[in-house]
Amino acid sequence: MMLVFVIIYQIAKASEYATILRGEEKINARVNRTMAWLLVAFFFLGLYGIFMCHQALIDRMLPISASEHGVEYDSMFLVTLVVTGIVFFITQTALFWFAYRYQASQKRTAFFYAHNNRLEIVWTTIPAIAMAVLVAIGLRNWGRMTGAAPKDAMVVEVVGKQFNWIIRYPGKDGALGKRDFRKINDANNVLGLDWNDKDNMDDVIAQNGELHLVVNKPVSLLIGSRDVIHDVGLPHFRMKMDAVPGIVTTIWFTPTITTAKMKEITGNKDFVYEISCDQMCGKGHYSMRGTVIVETQAEYDAWMAKQQTYYASANPAPAATPAEGAAPEQKTDSVKAITMK
Amino acid sequence: MSDVIIQGTTTAHGHDAHGGHHGHEHHEQHFITKYIFSQDHKVIGKQFLITGIIWAIIGALMSVFFRLQLGFPNETFPIMEKFLGEWAKGGKLNPEFYYALVTMHGTILVFFVLTAGLSGTFANLLIPLQIGARDMASPFMNMLSYWFFFISSVFMFVSLFIQTGPASGGWTTYPPLSALKEASMGSGLGMDLWLISMALFVVSSLLGGLNYISTILNMRTKGMTMTRMPLTIWALFFTAVLGVLSFPVLFSGFVLLIFDRNFGTSFYLSEIFIGGKALPHIGGSAILYQHLFWFLGHPEVYIIMLPGMGMASEVLSNHSRKPIFGYTAMILSLIGITVLAFVVWAHHMFVTGMSPFLGSIFVLLTLLIAVPSAVKVFNWLTTMWKGNIRFTVPMMFAIGFVSLFISGGLTGLFLGNSALDIHLHDTYFVVAHFHIVMGVSAFFGMFAGIYHWFPKMFGRFMNNTLGYIHFFITLAGAYLIFWPMHYEGIAGMPRRYYDYSAWESFKNFESLNSFISIAAILVFFAQLIFVVNFFVSIFRGRKVMVQNPWGSPTLEWTTPINPGHGNWEGDIPEVYRWPYDYKDDGNGNDFIPQTTPLKADEHDGGH
Repeated sequence: MMLVFVIIYQIAKASEYATILRGEEKINARVNRTMAWLLVAFFFLGLYGIFMCHQALIDRMLPISASEHGVEYDSMFLVTLVVTGIVFFITQTALFWFAYRYQASQKRTAFFYAHNNRLEIVWTTIPAIAMAVLVAIGLRNWGRMTGAAPKDAMVVEVVGKQFNWIIRYPGKDGALGKRDFRKINDANNVLGLDWNDKDNMDDVIAQNGELHLVVNKPVSLLIGSRDVIHDVGLPHFRMKMDAVPGIVTTIWFTPTITTAKMKEITGNKDFVYEISCDQMCGKGHYSMRGTVIVETQAEYDAWMAKQQTYYASANPAPAATPAEGAAPEQKTDSVKAITMK
Repeated sequence: MSDVIIQGTTTAHGHDAHGGHHGHEHHEQHFITKYIFSQDHKVIGKQFLITGIIWAIIGALMSVFFRLQLGFPNETFPIMEKFLGEWAKGGKLNPEFYYALVTMHGTILVFFVLTAGLSGTFANLLIPLQIGARDMASPFMNMLSYWFFFISSVFMFVSLFIQTGPASGGWTTYPPLSALKEASMGSGLGMDLWLISMALFVVSSLLGGLNYISTILNMRTKGMTMTRMPLTIWALFFTAVLGVLSFPVLFSGFVLLIFDRNFGTSFYLSEIFIGGKALPHIGGSAILYQHLFWFLGHPEVYIIMLPGMGMASEVLSNHSRKPIFGYTAMILSLIGITVLAFVVWAHHMFVTGMSPFLGSIFVLLTLLIAVPSAVKVFNWLTTMWKGNIRFTVPMMFAIGFVSLFISGGLTGLFLGNSALDIHLHDTYFVVAHFHIVMGVSAFFGMFAGIYHWFPKMFGRFMNNTLGYIHFFITLAGAYLIFWPMHYEGIAGMPRRYYDYSAWESFKNFESLNSFISIAAILVFFAQLIFVVNFFVSIFRGRKVMVQNPWGSPTLEWTTPINPGHGNWEGDIPEVYRWPYDYKDDGNGNDFIPQTTPLKADEHDGGH
């Protein structure tokens, strides 16, 4: 290996000495011209490369957004892409064009041009205006997606642990019961539900990380973690939120396309919405996978009817009947609840 | 300026320029005081540079190993077992060590190479030379700065070889993952060593930074007003200001983490069930650490970028034979970036559950920083406009710097806008963005600086042919590696994954990952061309025959070809004009040195 480098170095050095022997001035002018041409060639090859890259990868991108605000997301992304694309093209073209056009020449001397305040003001103002527009669009969308969830939103809790997701549904009473991390027991109480809280009695827990949602029905996720920081990544819904031990974070969105429909759209019979863990959480981070099943209300009801309450499945004794008409106040495992607005 | 304390100028050195370079001039100073425990800013700069290069090779080699895993998850590479032993048994990288490699790659490149290796090198080399000082304000503190960095490096290096492996929680080392031994193997002794090493690193950085600031403010030669300083010095000045004001916050964050790890406090820990039991910690906040970390972490990005910006300004102007356009605007934009750098940190935390209202403030401030950045780009472009451009190797790298800075800067507008970040956060889009802008672009600024000032450092040139090869492979390679990564990020592909094959949404990028890995490995080998060129040229490079080979007006080129400790043989030259007077001097030269007095009818330069 070293030998190869030594040889390359010797050849390169020889070429440099040859340069000096043949008259430095003349060869330097030739090298200069070659480099100017190579930069231009690089620019055009680069543009072609960008085009080829786009052609090759466009089919592998995400399908259309499967959530309501995701559609807004995509249009905002496009606006930003167009703005930055224009700037990219103009500045890169100028850079490589100037490099080629103003390569050293004996015939010309450089133009002594030290400053121009009007130009500075122009190119301070234009980016500032462009930024103001992008910020305005961004904050409008940000406000919408982080605003309060609609009243009729279903509530589901998603809890991360090394290295999988645990999903808790509130059951018939529509309320999640209190839980306490000191009551956690991997054998029969994975989330540390407090059995003194009647709201817990009908809660359903899916330990396989399968999140069932109803199409066109807003869902509010209460997100927590048992151990380290995780992150609920929902690329198809253009959503993401950290799962932080000790606090509860929330996101809400409205899924608009069922899993079955998305299989048709993508032409992929194995298509499935995935939950990726997007915050490094240890050696199994890359395998921390959950899934989302978006289905019709009827399908969801049928699925839910088949689920056993966690209390029943974790305890041999028969489950107590849940309290009637309990106020759906959501309780979680935290001293501090951070809600989105 | 005559009261500057120096350790005896080695005047012999200057006359020695054409003589042999193998001897180490033992008659002057002992080898150890001259090259090891040196207080000469130029030698300290070289020590930072060479240590940085060694770290860069180690850090880049790590990326080769994890790119092999990412690009070819189903293959085995016996050569990895040779290097990594148990960690790559049978030639297949262990997931735990994959994360250790990713963590160390980030830590090494961000801190040891692009902070210490970059500002350590050029602040030391250029500040006294370009402002006209014989050395730093405190040469002894300066020496300590290097040796703290060295000890810090030793701790980090040792951590690579311990049984439980080095830290593996990402270069950001978020607790609780990094705080709890039960959470990950790398959170044991490896993490302790990481914290010790980083604490020492902060000390090194502060010793250096305080020195840079006081030198620039107090030790400028006669006539060198602040507005006659080259932009390199302005950039290095603000780099040091950023470091001095933000590293202490990182330090406090690390101290609290050490307490949580070892003394049972709960600054960052609350309500955790791990390793089969509930921990007693209640009331801490994992997010607090992220605030403390990013309060340095974001200014750190500019600590990495500013030196490159300064050097690119200098190189672009010099090799275009034209003054930098908008000198004052360049300084104002540096000030703007420095101030804003302190108030944008939480844009790394949009999806931590932080209040969305707070998030919107940070969106506004973050996108505001695009304005001074854009001003810089337009000024660089106008500097080249109607120039007379010499495509020397440093100039090529400076052009590459601008190109990459544009590409990487623009994608920041996606990530800084929380409504877009909510999908792109922690995906390959982020990886692509920061690698282009503060990785490769900063490296290009550094390369431009090395190729440009190598003649000042060693009295010899680096080889041009190898320089051009290095440039084109690296520029093309950087785009080939990182451009397609944006697509992966837009498709939601998370970063820091060991294997994507089980994911329906991400497994279709397998062939692209192989492509990126091959490009990355080629670029790695291209960097070895640079390394060889650098070290061989120190001893065998073409000798510098003239005092001012680039025709530059700045002060460092008024020193002897091989300046000794003290830099100038006689008096320190006086400065009469700004550093960018690229105009006809009446004697056939296309520049006027800063040391030339103004003519009667002349007023100073560009302002």
